[in-house]
Amino acid sequence: MSKQIDIKDLDIFYGDFRAVDGVGMQIKPRSVTALIGPSGCGKSTVLRTLNRMHEVIPGASVSGQVLMDGNDIYGAGVDPVNVRREVGMVFQRANPFPTMSIKENVLAGVRLNSKRISKSDADDLTERALRGANLWNEVKDRLSLPGSGLSGGQQQRLCIARAIAVEPEVLLMDEPCSALDPISTLAIEDLINDLKDQYTVVIVTHNMQQAARVSDRTAFFNIAGTGKPGKLIEFNDTSTIFSNPDKEETENYISGRFG
Amino acid sequence: MPTSTQTTASGPAGEPEPDSHPEPGKGQKPKAVVRPGDRIFSAATLIAGILILLILAGVALFLLAQSTETIKAQMDDPSSITGGKGFFSYVWPLIIGTLISSAIALLVATPFALGIALFTTHMAPRKLAPVLGYVIDLLAAIPSVVYGLWGIALAGNLTAFYLWLSKWFGWIPIFAADENGAVSQTGRTLLTASLVLSIMILPIITSLTREIFLQTPRLQEEAALALGATRWEMIRMSVLPFGKSGIASATMLGLGRALGETMAVAMILSPGLLTASLVVSGNQTIASEIAQNFPEAAGLRLSELITIGLVLFVITLLVNMGARAIVAKTSVKGS
Amino acid sequence: MLTNTNSSMTTSRNLTSKQLPQATPWVIAVASIIVAIVIGFLIFGGFNIPVVAVLAGLINMVAVFALSASYEGRRKATDRVATTVVTSAFVLACVPLISLLWLTVSKGGAAINGDLLSRTMLGMKGILDQQYVAGEATLAGGFYHAIVGTVLITIAACVISIPIGVLTAIYLVEYAGKNRLGKAITFLVDVMTGIPSIVAGLFAFALFSTIANLVMPEAAGIAKTGFTAAVALSVLMIPIVVRNTEEILRLVPMDLREASYALGVPKWKTIVKIVLPTSVSGILSGITIAIARVIGETAPIMVTAGFAKNLNWNLFSGWMSTLPTYIYDSQLRPVSPGEAAIASSERAWAAALVLVALVMFLNLLARVIAKVLAPKTGR
Repeated sequence: MSKQIDIKDLDIFYGDFRAVDGVGMQIKPRSVTALIGPSGCGKSTVLRTLNRMHEVIPGASVSGQVLMDGNDIYGAGVDPVNVRREVGMVFQRANPFPTMSIKENVLAGVRLNSKRISKSDADDLTERALRGANLWNEVKDRLSLPGSGLSGGQQQRLCIARAIAVEPEVLLMDEPCSALDPISTLAIEDLINDLKDQYTVVIVTHNMQQAARVSDRTAFFNIAGTGKPGKLIEFNDTSTIFSNPDKEETENYISGRFG
Repeated sequence: MPTSTQTTASGPAGEPEPDSHPEPGKGQKPKAVVRPGDRIFSAATLIAGILILLILAGVALFLLAQSTETIKAQMDDPSSITGGKGFFSYVWPLIIGTLISSAIALLVATPFALGIALFTTHMAPRKLAPVLGYVIDLLAAIPSVVYGLWGIALAGNLTAFYLWLSKWFGWIPIFAADENGAVSQTGRTLLTASLVLSIMILPIITSLTREIFLQTPRLQEEAALALGATRWEMIRMSVLPFGKSGIASATMLGLGRALGETMAVAMILSPGLLTASLVVSGNQTIASEIAQNFPEAAGLRLSELITIGLVLFVITLLVNMGARAIVAKTSVKGS
Repeated sequence: MLTNTNSSMTTSRNLTSKQLPQATPWVIAVASIIVAIVIGFLIFGGFNIPVVAVLAGLINMVAVFALSASYEGRRKATDRVATTVVTSAFVLACVPLISLLWLTVSKGGAAINGDLLSRTMLGMKGILDQQYVAGEATLAGGFYHAIVGTVLITIAACVISIPIGVLTAIYLVEYAGKNRLGKAITFLVDVMTGIPSIVAGLFAFALFSTIANLVMPEAAGIAKTGFTAAVALSVLMIPIVVRNTEEILRLVPMDLREASYALGVPKWKTIVKIVLPTSVSGILSGITIAIARVIGETAPIMVTAGFAKNLNWNLFSGWMSTLPTYIYDSQLRPVSPGEAAIASSERAWAAALVLVALVMFLNLLARVIAKVLAPKTGR
């Protein structure tokens, strides 16, 4: 049930500012694709265009195509709300809904989309999603407690559970471990490995070791300087990027000689 | 395949060449499908917003409409206006009274407000501070009519002070006694009203300033202390500069309250003609002139009162805009 | 860090400095007061609280500075003086505020009783007050009608202003972005915040008397009703509600909205189901503060609803009294002028006590709401 994403000629703007220029890449289903690069290179921006979250920011706009199994998500008549139901997202900081319990958080996507769901189905879905996020064993006894009472790593896994509970095709992760300690990071990375059996996963990360550990393919973005647009420099198998990249720019960044 | 979103260099939209120009490019905002729920909800909020525009327009319009009678009278027969010398000589002393009482109130209240705010945020014992802040907030909520009642009850106690003022500072016109060498026996003078006003706006200014002082970044304060500053030096280095624009706006808000404050003045002041001295009876403010005469007013008198209300509205509007301009200017470098 | 071997050669810094004992400020303060009393007695030949207070303040300041400067150094001395000045300002400012509360409680408390709360001023005559002052009867009259009026008018004002205020705030935060209409509304809300309360009253009166003139030219005065007063109060209340709600809505982290959008939830549902529940405590407490603010307004009521002596449950016809207008009316136009005016004044103080208690209660309620309904963090 995962989908292939083709990005063609994608330019992204904040108002009049061209943030990302001419990105084209093909993201394979059932794989993990990592986007790496220095701060401000537009990797998060690219990620956010994949579920049309980019346009939530006032003045932001896009030109080009993002095809999901051949359908342009920026095509005429496409409802971003429907796109987002197909493409789940996990954010940099864990953001469980503070007014809801753990269980309500998991079910939030389904409930808020006003699908009626029976109690037993709800219980099943909760357990499935939480197991999918490797969180079930830790929280099964306190499902009715507020989600914000969990630790940072648990909260992030709760957010993953919340995202997969709506049964998306694609899962986007925007630096999901940057606010977590090493042990929680490990737990999330293990989870990402499991998730790629079912989903197309795209992850933005600052941590090159993490990209090397979890991803199948890696895209390197860079900018020429402040105020210039970010560009896709190289997109290749992770092993190639980290061992024998085509471009010198990539080599410099990977080896820490950046600048 | 829909190509509507594709804008390339060859497209009719004339998208500039990718690298050549600072000329801003434009991505097309895809036309999203609007859901009925979204449409209804955003329309409801929009209508509410527009209602506010209408209300404010209504305030100006209806006050103007009711003022036409006065304006007509001013054109045809100025002597028919209260005082017999036309509208401007009627409203002029009222404006002066309003400005003087507000200015005094502000002058007295601001230093104290700053003091209390600083005390409760940076000097009071840790446990006491939140309680004090809470008490200040409560006092800010006490209705002005109660302040008026209190002012009447205590006004008489001020006559001794006024007598002393006129004895030693009588050479300053504002503290001069009347021709018989006496000051107001009841103490119900413009100075009393101004002092009560100052006490009224004190909690308001304090609670606003307090909030701003509390927002001073802890890091800045600690940075100052780490440089070896004493507490007062820390306050001068980090707290006051940070709160500058906030203090200005709090003060202006207090001024706005004082200008429009009706009841305390209407209850305390025994009104009369414009006099320079603040310690004898006399003087009047716009708001209290309206309050004291409105219940019995009809016809032209009613229209006059509404017209001076309009004048008051314009004055407060100007003060508020001035305040905003000051705040906008100072806050650029301030915070 | 200087090492020990170094410190033997260089002059090591001294970490201790001379410092006055902790009790010093208090000792100086008490001494100043005593000196002030003595000087006051010598010069003015008597004991006069304000004179002593001013003198004591001055002496205290000079003494603190002199002592501290000579012993601890200039910077420390400035610090101490600043502390003294700020503390004195605080104490001085507390005096009138405490006096106000004390008078309200003592005067109002002495007069208040169940009869005052349950009677109106209907059929009130000067003779009754004169009998009361002469000690021949108990205090007559009451302000039940004013309490009813206050509650009715405030509820009506809430019904008008809460939906408008909250929806406008939602528009400003969630929909307007930086567009022109949003800026215009923000600006006008600011303007509205500055409208003097009596002008709001005049507006409502002008509005309804214009309408009344069109509908029924012969019935002048029909414009003064409780509803007119409610409209006047709404003009004052809406900007407060908008401001408070806006502030709270802006505090809701963008994260939460994005999390909801990312789940494929439409915008309006995100607002209703995520944003509003997260901020409900703040919104409610802001509304309560707004109510507390307008419930004490006098001027707009007296120009729109007049002064009623009788109980009136109908917002749409006839005059109404509220507690503030009742207080004003009783104090300035006593039932029986002269000696017996004291009776009216007592009723005014009793009503003032009720009003202050009501306002304080609403403020407390706002705090409780903010605490109890706030999202539990659990950590």
